[in-house]
Amino acid sequence: MIKKLAKVVAAAAIVGALVATAVTPASAAVPGIKTGLKIAIMPKAVNIGYFTAWDKGAQKACKEIGAKCTYLGPTEATGPAQVQFINKVIQQKYDVLVISAADQNAIVPSLKKAKAAGITVVTSDADVAAASASSRVVSVLPAASDRIGTAEVDWIAEAVGKKGSIAVLSASATAANQNAWIAAMGPYLTKKYPKMSWVGGTVDKSTFYGDDDATKSTAQFAAILSQYPDVAGIISPTTVGVLAAAIEKKAKSAKVKVTGLGLPSQMAPYIEDGTVKKVGLWNPIDLGYVAVYAAARAESGTFTGKVGTSFKAGTTTYKVTTGGVAFLGDPFTFTKENIKTFKKIY
Amino acid sequence: MKKKYTFGWDQGVSVFLVLTVVVGGFISEYFATIDNISFVIQDVAEIAIIALAMTYLIIAGEIDLSVASILSLTSATVGFLFRNGTSFEVAIVGGLLVGLLCGLLNGYLVTVIGLPSLAVTIGTLALFRGLCYALLGNEPVNELPENWIVLGYENIPGTFLPWSAIPLAILAAIAWIVLHYTRIGRWTFAIGINPEAAKFSGIPVARMKLGLFAMTGLMSGVAGVVYTLRFASASPDGAVGYELSVIAAVLFGGVAIAGGIGTLWGVLAAVLSLGAIRSVLQLIDFSANALLVVSGALLLISVVVPRAIEIYQSRRKSAFVTKI
Repeated sequence: MIKKLAKVVAAAAIVGALVATAVTPASAAVPGIKTGLKIAIMPKAVNIGYFTAWDKGAQKACKEIGAKCTYLGPTEATGPAQVQFINKVIQQKYDVLVISAADQNAIVPSLKKAKAAGITVVTSDADVAAASASSRVVSVLPAASDRIGTAEVDWIAEAVGKKGSIAVLSASATAANQNAWIAAMGPYLTKKYPKMSWVGGTVDKSTFYGDDDATKSTAQFAAILSQYPDVAGIISPTTVGVLAAAIEKKAKSAKVKVTGLGLPSQMAPYIEDGTVKKVGLWNPIDLGYVAVYAAARAESGTFTGKVGTSFKAGTTTYKVTTGGVAFLGDPFTFTKENIKTFKKIY
Repeated sequence: MKKKYTFGWDQGVSVFLVLTVVVGGFISEYFATIDNISFVIQDVAEIAIIALAMTYLIIAGEIDLSVASILSLTSATVGFLFRNGTSFEVAIVGGLLVGLLCGLLNGYLVTVIGLPSLAVTIGTLALFRGLCYALLGNEPVNELPENWIVLGYENIPGTFLPWSAIPLAILAAIAWIVLHYTRIGRWTFAIGINPEAAKFSGIPVARMKLGLFAMTGLMSGVAGVVYTLRFASASPDGAVGYELSVIAAVLFGGVAIAGGIGTLWGVLAAVLSLGAIRSVLQLIDFSANALLVVSGALLLISVVVPRAIEIYQSRRKSAFVTKI
C-alpha cells in the first residue's frame, strides 16, 4: 500500500510539475537566462513518438524562458543524416543546439564546426563518445547506464519468476545508449539471478538488432523465438523494439515474457490486456525540458557545464557529474495501475 | 541520333544545376554562402566519387549494387587496422586494397562465372556488409589521428573548397578524359550498345568488364576513406543506402539504364544538383518528410523522362530507323 501510494505521489509530482510550469506566464523571463534565444531541438529522427514527447518538454521550457525553438531533424536515425541538419543549424545561425546523437562519433566533426560558429551545443537523451565530450557543453541523460540496464533485468526476472533464459531485442548495433545498458545487464544477471541465463550463453550472443525499425524488429523477435524456442523472456531496451515485440507476442500468442523501455501511449493497449506486465521509461518530456534549461543557461553565460557545477530547471537543481553529464533520475515503471494516467501524457 | 539526344539531356541537367543554385540563392539567404556551398560539395563527395566509376559500369550495361557496402567495408578495414596498431597511412592503403579486391570479386563472378551483375552485387551487398560487422563487431572505431580527420571537415586553406574536392577533381578529370577521349571509353560505349558486336570487333569484353568492376570497387574504397575522415570514425553500419543515391545520380545525369548512352559531365552535374536541391529545401524549412517525397520524385523523373523522350524520338524517327 505504501509502495503504491509512493508511486501515486511520484506520478502526481511529475504531472504537478508540468502543470505548475505551464501556468507560469510566458512573459516572465527566468533570471540568468537571456530571452529571445534561437534554439534548435534535434532528435535522432523525426516521426518517433518518444522524440515528439521529448520536444514537448523542450517547447515548454522554451516558452518559460521566452526562446524561439524549432524541432528539426532527419527521417532516418543516422549520424550522416543528422549532419545535414546540423549544417542547417549552423547556416541559419541558431544560438543553441539541443541534440540527441544518432551516432556517437559521426556527428562530432559537425558539432565542433557548430561550436566554432559560436553555437552552444548540449546533447540530451544520447551523448557523443566520451573521448569527444568537449564537442558539447554538457549532456543531459536519463539515468546512469548501468541502472537502466539492471532495472530492466529486474523487471524481466520478476516477469519470468527468476528462472529461465532470456534474450535482448535492441536497436541498432552501434546505438551507444543501448550498448551501454546491455553491457550492464550481463554481469548483473549472473550475480543477482543465478537461476537465469542468456539464450546464447553470453549477453552479447543473445542480443538481436531490430535497428529501431518496426518491420525489422518484428522479424528479429520471430527469429529469437524460432532459434531459441525455450526463451523465457525478452528485454527490448528501445521503444520501437518493445512495441514490435508486444504486437508480435499478442499475434502469435507467444508465451515468452516481454519487457523493456516503452512509451506508455504506445504500450497502453498491451499493458491493459496483459500481454506485457510492465515496461519502464524515464520521462522524455522532463529530459527535453531540462536540456533546454541547461543549454539556455550555458548560452547566457550563467552555467559552464564543468563537473561539479549545477543548474536549475524549473524547480529542480541538477548537478554535473563525471564526464560532463547531468542525470535525470531512475527509470519510471508503467503497469496496469498507472498506465491510464501516463498514456495521455506521452 | 542517340548522341544528339544525350547531349540535350546532360545540358538540361547542367541548366537545372545552375537554376537550382540561382533560385536557391534567391529564396534562401543561407544557401549561396561560401560555407554552405563548401558543405554541399563535402556532402556529395563520396556519392560523386563512386558515381564516376558507376557511370562506366552502367554505360557498359552492368550495375554494381554493392558500392555502399564496399565503401563501408573499406572504412571498417581502415578502422580495424588502425585499432590493431598499424599506422593510419598503412590502414588507408589496406582499406583501398580491400575495396579493389571487392570490385575484382564482383567482376570475377560476372565475367568468369557468367552471373548477372544485378544478382551478384545484391549478394555481395549483403556479404560485404556482414564482413564490416565481422571486422569491427559492434564497436565503432573513433579517436582517429587529428591531423587526418581535419581533412574530413576543414576547407583547403584560403579557399571555400573542402579537402575532399581534391581527389574528386583529379578523379573526375581522369574519368572524363578516359571516357570521352580514349579507346577504353569508346570500348565501354561499344560494349553497352552491343556486347556481341563488341566482342566480334575485337574488344576484350570480359577483361574490360572485369576492369570496370575493379575500378568501381577501388573508387568505392576511395569514397570509404573520404567517408571515414568526414565522420571521424569507422562504424560497421556506415553509408547504408548510398548505392541508391549513386545510381539515382547516374541515371539523373542522363546515363541510360540499358547502357550505351551517357556523359560524365551530365553525371557530375546531376550529383551536384541533387546535393544542391536537398540543401535548398532544407534551408527553406522543408520538413524531412517532404524531402523524402521530393528525392523519390526526382529519381522517378530521371528514369521516366529520358525513356519518354526516347520513345517519342524513336516514333518520330521510326521511318528512318526501319530504312537502316
